[in-house]
Amino acid sequence: MIGTFLNPVLAVLRKDLQSELRTRYAMSALIMFIVSTISIIVFAIGGGTSRSDVLAGMLWVVIFFSSMSGLSRTFVSEEERGTAMTLQLLVPPSVVLFGKLLFNVLLVIGMNILAVALYSFLMTGFTVTSPGLFSLTLILGSGGLAASSTIIAAIIAKANTKGPLFPVLALPILLPLLVVVINMTRLSMEGGDISESVGEFQFLIAYIIVIITASNLLFEYIWRD
Amino acid sequence: MSANPSAWYHLPIIPGLEDKARILFFHVPTAWLSTVGFIASMVYGIRYLRKRDPEDDIKSASAAGVGFLFCILATVTGAIWAKFSWGTYWNWDPRQTSIFVLLLIYGAYFALRSAIDVEEKRATLSAAYAIIAAVVMPFFMFVMPRILASLHPQPVLNVQGKTEMNATMLVLLISSFAGFTGLASWMWNLEVRIQRIVMNSLSGLKGETRV
Repeated sequence: MIGTFLNPVLAVLRKDLQSELRTRYAMSALIMFIVSTISIIVFAIGGGTSRSDVLAGMLWVVIFFSSMSGLSRTFVSEEERGTAMTLQLLVPPSVVLFGKLLFNVLLVIGMNILAVALYSFLMTGFTVTSPGLFSLTLILGSGGLAASSTIIAAIIAKANTKGPLFPVLALPILLPLLVVVINMTRLSMEGGDISESVGEFQFLIAYIIVIITASNLLFEYIWRD
Repeated sequence: MSANPSAWYHLPIIPGLEDKARILFFHVPTAWLSTVGFIASMVYGIRYLRKRDPEDDIKSASAAGVGFLFCILATVTGAIWAKFSWGTYWNWDPRQTSIFVLLLIYGAYFALRSAIDVEEKRATLSAAYAIIAAVVMPFFMFVMPRILASLHPQPVLNVQGKTEMNATMLVLLISSFAGFTGLASWMWNLEVRIQRIVMNSLSGLKGETRV
């Protein structure tokens, strides 16, 4: 039962990974965005600052705007290449949604690992004192970011102006998530314990579940022309 | 209320607020209507997705339009009140942040609508966006008070059903609520009728070109 749903989902994921590796469009956009935003921050405030609120906020500014540059690609490329219709004929909508969602989750996690590595390399003041809390924050933050941007990408892929519309639509949806993860990143830099932020973890998990459920209910209307 | 009619005009002097408190009768109803407009837009969005009636899309978009107007009014009256009571126009109080996010959502909703030409697609996608935004709003209500301290007083219609308002003020506030809600629904009704005429004339034009 699970296999009959999971196999086509993985097939969509494999297809997306293959076409991404062929063009490397989303990956190069994400990497270039990360490098350029971090270098602007380094030029502006220098690497030496140790204020945890500034560093935590800047890290998520980098992650948010980088993901806005590449995550819409999964759906926009289907519309641009005219392959959306074929996909509609082959598999039910929820399979497409979850395949694309998995692809975006992988992309965001890869991007975030790179961003954090580069960020901690260039910003000498950025030191994480509780790695457990930080990595949980990063994983759940990536999940929420991928979940929201997948459904927003599905919406803007059908609109005329795709590029500038994506961050405009995504910001109000992502703002509660960003406020919580910035706060938790700051805590992890100041040596907070995981047990102190149980409420925040519940919040992030609930956010991801609610967004995915709403996406699954709405995607059929968005996807079918 | 007292039997002496002239006493009806006298508002109690609240220490620290004095006559500035009168902006309450504009601020609270407009803030309420900006939320109502958003919820109405979402409800008609759901109805559109279920029945595919263009009428529901018109109602949804017009409710969002009226709600957006009242959202701006609530932000402006709130900022003026904040300037004279708290000293600054804006200080990222939880409710100011919430209304800022509501403004962002309205802005994004209209940006999305203006970016799609085909009517059915526009209606479907904007309804979907309104629903997603409405689903996320409760998270905001939960997360904001935990992170920022509020200067706003307790809601007038709080959970305990108690109110610490003077009877004169309460009567004024309730009638202001009724008046503004009536005004908003009249504006909404006008907008729906205008959009209906626009839609009919457009479909009439299409008919002519086809002949």
